[in-house]
Amino acid sequence: MNKFDFLQILIPLAALIALTPLLGSYMAKVFQGENHLLKKPLGFLERLAYRLCFVDEKEEMGWKNYAVALVIFNLFGFLALFALQMLQGHLPLNPQKLPNVSWDSSFNTAVSYMTNTNWQGYSGETTMSYLTQMLGLCVQNFLSAATGIAVFLALVRGIIRKSSATIGNFWVDVVRSFVYVLLPLSFFFALVLVWQGSIQNFSPYVTATGVEGTRQVLPMGPAASQIAIKQLGTNGGGFFNANSAHPFENPTPLTNLLELVAILLIPSALVWTYGIMLGKRRQGAVILSAMFALLIMGLAGSLWAQYRPNASLGEPEVMEGIDTRTGVANCVIWSVFTTAASNGSVNCMHESLSPISGGVPLVNLMVGEVIFGGAGVGLAGMLVFMLITVFLSGLMVGRTPEYIGKKIEAREVQMSMITVLAPSAVILIGSAVSLFHPAGLAGISAKGPHGFTEVVYAFTSAAQNNGSAFAGLNANTPYYNVVLGLVMLVGRFLTIVPVLAIAGSLAQKKCVASSESGFRTDSPLFFILLVATILVVGVLTHFPSLALGPVVEHYLINAGWVN
Amino acid sequence: MKTSVRALATLLFFTLLTGLVYTGAVTGVSAVAFNRQANGSLVVSGGRVVGSELIAQNFKGPGYFWPRPSAADFNPLPSGGSNYAPSSAELLGKIKERKKLGMTRDLLFASASGLDPHISPEAAFDQIERIASARGLRDNQLSAVRALILRHVEERQYGMLGEGRVNVLRLNLALDEETRIAK
Repeated sequence: MNKFDFLQILIPLAALIALTPLLGSYMAKVFQGENHLLKKPLGFLERLAYRLCFVDEKEEMGWKNYAVALVIFNLFGFLALFALQMLQGHLPLNPQKLPNVSWDSSFNTAVSYMTNTNWQGYSGETTMSYLTQMLGLCVQNFLSAATGIAVFLALVRGIIRKSSATIGNFWVDVVRSFVYVLLPLSFFFALVLVWQGSIQNFSPYVTATGVEGTRQVLPMGPAASQIAIKQLGTNGGGFFNANSAHPFENPTPLTNLLELVAILLIPSALVWTYGIMLGKRRQGAVILSAMFALLIMGLAGSLWAQYRPNASLGEPEVMEGIDTRTGVANCVIWSVFTTAASNGSVNCMHESLSPISGGVPLVNLMVGEVIFGGAGVGLAGMLVFMLITVFLSGLMVGRTPEYIGKKIEAREVQMSMITVLAPSAVILIGSAVSLFHPAGLAGISAKGPHGFTEVVYAFTSAAQNNGSAFAGLNANTPYYNVVLGLVMLVGRFLTIVPVLAIAGSLAQKKCVASSESGFRTDSPLFFILLVATILVVGVLTHFPSLALGPVVEHYLINAGWVN
Repeated sequence: MKTSVRALATLLFFTLLTGLVYTGAVTGVSAVAFNRQANGSLVVSGGRVVGSELIAQNFKGPGYFWPRPSAADFNPLPSGGSNYAPSSAELLGKIKERKKLGMTRDLLFASASGLDPHISPEAAFDQIERIASARGLRDNQLSAVRALILRHVEERQYGMLGEGRVNVLRLNLALDEETRIAK
């Protein structure tokens, strides 16, 4: 690594640390309904949304109503996107006359975008009409992020409120995060991307005749507007197949930096928002430190591994699956960021990274998308881990576990364990079945441990709603489309619904008077316990898979083995 | 029932707002402010579109600078990398083949997008001899080609971001201009 490599690692981290309090404080004002910068210019949109969507701003919901509203809203989003794909051949804004998408791919993609996974079995430029991209995929990019933020807000209210039967209003939460956060950020970001070279038009594809006379068809479309939200909303589904490695999606080093920071911006700022809403900034600081600690541990390991010479290929620096303008350092940091958050966009091909550098993203996914995680749901997942940590520490020292003055009892712990166990279970079962079933084996492209990792990565990415891939796996088959689609549903709703149940249960509780009886959750000791719990619960569950995949391959490559 | 009506209305509202208004507004502003970029940074030469500055095209002739290998075979429909494992025997075979053709450095490896428009400046310098002999350039013209590459080197953005690089299409068009020798 040279000094520029280090610089390019430090700049995004510094930018993130600088922007977190700014956006975090702003979002706290937005979500608490206070006055803020954009209240006047965009307030009309909020009021218009309430009027047209029959929403009573003052109405409060219990956790069950909140969950029902969320699920029905997502269900309609799924149906709309499914229908758009199945019918796109008959609909306008399809200059390439792309045919209807197959039922299994439509199902997979509709689930994928609705659940904020944005796994892509298809190639955008050869599959999706402009209409499907803008009215279907782009819309779900926004709505799945807003849904995630709503879940976080519900949980925070559960923690803050005392003896309350309600946890807020789902519609108000979605409208506010959309109107005041996602929309304005995306709009300006999209324009910066176009300025740098991302495309944004409705033209038919352009046929060029190259200098040597070869014909080349250049894809077009309204790409930048979608790329902006896919980076900001922890979505990650590319307009094109190569995602942010595509020069039209990520044309310059500047767009690379901005898209990179955008991956973690909202998840990180929400932690700051949490501290403010709670009125206890130290609580937010402990969570942020844990997230940054886990992020940097992964980053260090991954950089170390990718800058080592590859003995199998006999090459000092491997650039397979990395574009020139991006370079190795930017590729590695992106792979760590995109899997720490449940973004899943890529600027290089994870499959071609060194085993450990491909393994770090996998570990990031396995710990449950809580190192920042998805917009809103990542922090919710982290708070669940805090409850588990409090509970475990409570067992160790023999005190009643409590968090922010709320007693943590059987119901909270049960629900927490569902959110941890459900995704892990579908990862293990799904991978195991696919490694025996002919339809599962048919998709594998690499041999040996790397082929094994392809399958485990796919199921982990789907279950944790990330969407990045070891893209050598041919997953656009009825088998993988259906199975991975179902896995995404489990991963999304068996975390969201239990989290809302926890919110409802906590909201009903009274506050415990003395904080002396409890275990401090804003201390360095708790920070250590939290990080340890995440690693133990997350990594140990999947240790056998990691050992059989990336770890074995690492040692084989050191020995110069090729397959 | 009430929830379903709200859900439907909210979905419709946001579909129109993001799908049409937002996408349309970004397109409108881009068309006015950044028209060239919004339409794919097309390169026109001799009155025809020869490609996009951002999308690699294949140069096979020994008299041209070669781009990095493309797993998509330079067909942008669809883009993508090779997705070879770091321990892949197939990849090792390809690297050996490429070395035999005289390819070096980043030209030994397929890019992520399959459409990488750039190569490293060093990989461009490595190609001068082949190009010179293919174009029948005399020794005193070599320094002109070298200078041509240097003029086309894009430094790290703002002196720190990304990697130094050369745009292959731009470089080859300039090469044709400069040497004016039959291909």
